[in-house]
Amino acid sequence: MVINTIFNSFHLIGPEIAVALLLLAVVIFDLAFPKNKKFLPWLTITGIIVAGFLTVKQYSLESGFVFESGNTQGLIVIDNFAFFFKLLILGVSLLIILFSVSSEELKNCYDRAGEYYTLITGMILGMFFMVSTVDLITLYISIELVSFSSYVLAGFIKKSKRSSEAGLKYIIYGAVASGIMLFGISLVFGYTGTTNFYQINHIVVHSLSPDFLLSLAFILIFVGFGYKISAVPFHFWTPDVYEGAPTTITAYLSVASKAAGFALLIRFVKIIFFTGIDENGYWILSKAFNWSYLLIIISVLTMTVGNFAALWQNNVKRMLAYSSIAHAGYMLAALTMLSEQGLLAIVVYFVVYGLTNLGAFYIVLLIHNKTGSEEIDDYDGLGYQMPLMGVAMTILLVSLTGLPPTAGFIGKLYVFISILDAPHYTLAVIVALNSVVSLYYYVRIIKHLYLNNPKVEREFTFPVTQTILVLVLTIPVIILGLYFGPLLEMGKVSLRMFGF
Amino acid sequence: MQQLPYLSLITFLPVIGLILILFLPKKNDKQVKYIAIFFTGLQVVLAGILWNAYNYAAGGINDPKSFQFVEKFTWIQFWGGDWLGTVKIDYFLGIDGLSMPMVMLTALISFIAAISSWSINKSVKGYFALFLLLDTGMMGVFVALDFFLFYVFWELMLLPMYFLIGIWGGPRKEYAAIKFFIYTLLGSVFILLAIIGLYLSAKVPLGDGTQVFTFNMLELMNPKNYLQDGILSAVNPSNLRFLAFIALFVGFAIKIPMFPFHTWLPDAHVEAPTPISVILAGVLLKMGTYGILRINYPIFPDVTVSLVWWIALFGMINIIYGALCAMAQKDFKKLIAYSSVSHMGFVMLGMASLTTVGVAGAVLQMFNHGTITAMLFLIVGVLYDRTHTRGLDDFGGMANQMPVYTGFVTVAFFAAIGLPGLSGFISEAFVFLGGFSNGVTRVLTVISTLGILLGAGYMLWTLQRVFLGNLNEKWNALTDLDTREYVMFIPLTIIIILLGVYPSLMLDIMNSSVNSLVKFLTVAKTSYTSIGF
Repeated sequence: MVINTIFNSFHLIGPEIAVALLLLAVVIFDLAFPKNKKFLPWLTITGIIVAGFLTVKQYSLESGFVFESGNTQGLIVIDNFAFFFKLLILGVSLLIILFSVSSEELKNCYDRAGEYYTLITGMILGMFFMVSTVDLITLYISIELVSFSSYVLAGFIKKSKRSSEAGLKYIIYGAVASGIMLFGISLVFGYTGTTNFYQINHIVVHSLSPDFLLSLAFILIFVGFGYKISAVPFHFWTPDVYEGAPTTITAYLSVASKAAGFALLIRFVKIIFFTGIDENGYWILSKAFNWSYLLIIISVLTMTVGNFAALWQNNVKRMLAYSSIAHAGYMLAALTMLSEQGLLAIVVYFVVYGLTNLGAFYIVLLIHNKTGSEEIDDYDGLGYQMPLMGVAMTILLVSLTGLPPTAGFIGKLYVFISILDAPHYTLAVIVALNSVVSLYYYVRIIKHLYLNNPKVEREFTFPVTQTILVLVLTIPVIILGLYFGPLLEMGKVSLRMFGF
Repeated sequence: MQQLPYLSLITFLPVIGLILILFLPKKNDKQVKYIAIFFTGLQVVLAGILWNAYNYAAGGINDPKSFQFVEKFTWIQFWGGDWLGTVKIDYFLGIDGLSMPMVMLTALISFIAAISSWSINKSVKGYFALFLLLDTGMMGVFVALDFFLFYVFWELMLLPMYFLIGIWGGPRKEYAAIKFFIYTLLGSVFILLAIIGLYLSAKVPLGDGTQVFTFNMLELMNPKNYLQDGILSAVNPSNLRFLAFIALFVGFAIKIPMFPFHTWLPDAHVEAPTPISVILAGVLLKMGTYGILRINYPIFPDVTVSLVWWIALFGMINIIYGALCAMAQKDFKKLIAYSSVSHMGFVMLGMASLTTVGVAGAVLQMFNHGTITAMLFLIVGVLYDRTHTRGLDDFGGMANQMPVYTGFVTVAFFAAIGLPGLSGFISEAFVFLGGFSNGVTRVLTVISTLGILLGAGYMLWTLQRVFLGNLNEKWNALTDLDTREYVMFIPLTIIIILLGVYPSLMLDIMNSSVNSLVKFLTVAKTSYTSIGF
């Protein structure tokens, strides 16, 4: 019976199986051909493409549970929402592996390349489960799978003190956060007697007023999410880890891992508390816990702290770390509306933010390759010495600020639309003022690139492959800024979650 | 008749120039300059064609049919499901009597600024690329009739301007550039919020029976299109309409710049290179007042009518305060910058009068101030290029050393003071006529006339300190104007004198639009009252 269920579900978890096999393949290849480490990234990329192909094939499937049998509901689901995030994660992973190939930082650890790609694959697998889980146990395990891989990756450059510090800090914060989360989960289980989201939903739906114990449990669980998406006040690890980790991993954590965290949070809130949806696209949630209230406070704190802290940073990577906290705040602001519009805004924002942030980190990485520094003072005059990279960086930073005609503006626009549709004026004004603050530090990088005179006369040349990669990330930022129809189309399709 | 897409051409010509410049090999500075001058020149020609083909009778403002050279295509359209509805954004360009003078002004000032940029020698390619991008942004703002498009153009100008001040500017360029950037962005995020608020409050039929949210400015001017429960609904108005009006107004006021949001202006002007000061004063400031006339007035006629006294008050403060500040300056360029603050006050006062004369005076003043201030900044530039100082007390007796130059200076100064026979007089007189004829703004208008007196004070004093008296020994070797400078000054002088003696040239263009606008506001006053105001 159980065996049958598993067999029946096999075709539904094709991508996950592919990623798991890829993980094994990387380990075996690394052991079997220790001399041929340069093929590892290409092997991983091939695996990712296969997984991507299998994921795309799932698009036509009905949404539903995986591992469902009798009255046991499944642990994970497949639906468009998961589909979107899976593709996003695969795309980001693909780019990160391409980044890794051109990173000088990682060349020092060349003999451990096998480990590196194995761990990245492990993260992909964990995130795949994160975006599709509907069970508290799988939720916890998938978060841990992602976390453990990322702890090691953050401290990957053993010789660098900062990197080791990053790894250690990350693991301590992570351990505390997941411990608290687990406690919350145990409370929920004790209260409801089930770990399945849909069954918890059946019980929670009937609450007419906030329940103290449940509220406490959900706040404790939220700590785990907050840590994953680096929301204030669970963000303290972010700057240190982002600064210390290899740039490729920083970029990866700031986009993919954050995306998975958001997907999980959204699914958690929407499924567990869902009672209905009104004709304007607003979710009618159970009264058991007031999410809107909590999320508004967290989102305002997150964006404000992120932006203001970024103002004082002199290390570009650290600045981008704080900026990524601020961006999480904007996305949370859209989520606070608890509406389909807000969800659309988040999905659109993630695509835009992913592209832009990856591009920015990649250029930081390339500059680090050449100059060995991420200090903003060492960026003086670089815009003249590397014209194409300078222009690309400027476009990406403008997009992060959210000015037209870049894609960043479209993300901001839909966040604003979702907030004003609710309407929540104060929050809209706070987001607006925050983006003005963010302008200052983004422009500070531009200022160092162009307005300050170079300290050393030098010329930089970049291999064609790296230039192409930069263009691949920058040109869509402009195109999506001017023609964002496809972006919305994709966003709309991705909102469908199983069960509703 | 199938006509050329003139407005797209005039807007995107500079982009073609920009692409050409980017593909030009390095070390072709002269060719880069020729390309920039050629393309901005072509813009002037196109503006001339538009001017020539312009139909004087068409009113524009809120009537889509009477806009001219209209180009309207669907840019983005997509069905977003039941709760999102259809998202539809148009590429919608068109001009009426408010925008025609501004299009002409932009083309003209860009052309002259391009010529004036000849003396730029630092990273020429980058400079002209940004210059042309800025040009596109400015032109786009004046021809866009769709909010989304308008906002894209509005923001498109910021980054080039930041670089143009920040890289090619004076000693405190970085401070000035970031101050400009942050101030204007602060204004524009409020504009964005108001735009989104409007977007969510009105729906128009799509043709297939469905209703759709719209960014179309002209549709938003029609109270019938608003939803009953829209947040900025004109059918069921709430105090939020006041807030939205103020958000838009502040956004535009920062660009004007209106007191107390004016502090970026002196910094930006003093640090910017001459051609950029010319553009800044000549065109950018007009966007603020243009935005108010184009957007605030017709979309919020109810609020406008109730707030005109405040607009006039701030206009008056601008006039007096700007003039007093100008009087206290020791730096020639800063003096001109503050005189801009003062002169833009006249535009606001004229707008606030809500009479045909006053509003026409305001639009005319926008054009005239554009040409006069452009000339004043060029004048400072000429002196600065030769002496590398702008201190008013460093000079004296320039009239003997540079007689032709002083001739042009006198024309520009007297035009700025508002001497009859020169263009400044007509517009200021119209503004005062309008302001005086409306009971609400009468007292403020009377106080504002003081501004003329103060204006004459600082202008004549400057004339005396710099050009009359004994020549400072240091400047014995100064030469008079060269050919390039003649090319910049002569067209501006001709326009100033021509519009001084024959203002109908400009007034006829704007006449029917200004009439429609004033009529629309007066009618709105009554019709809005009938639906609850």
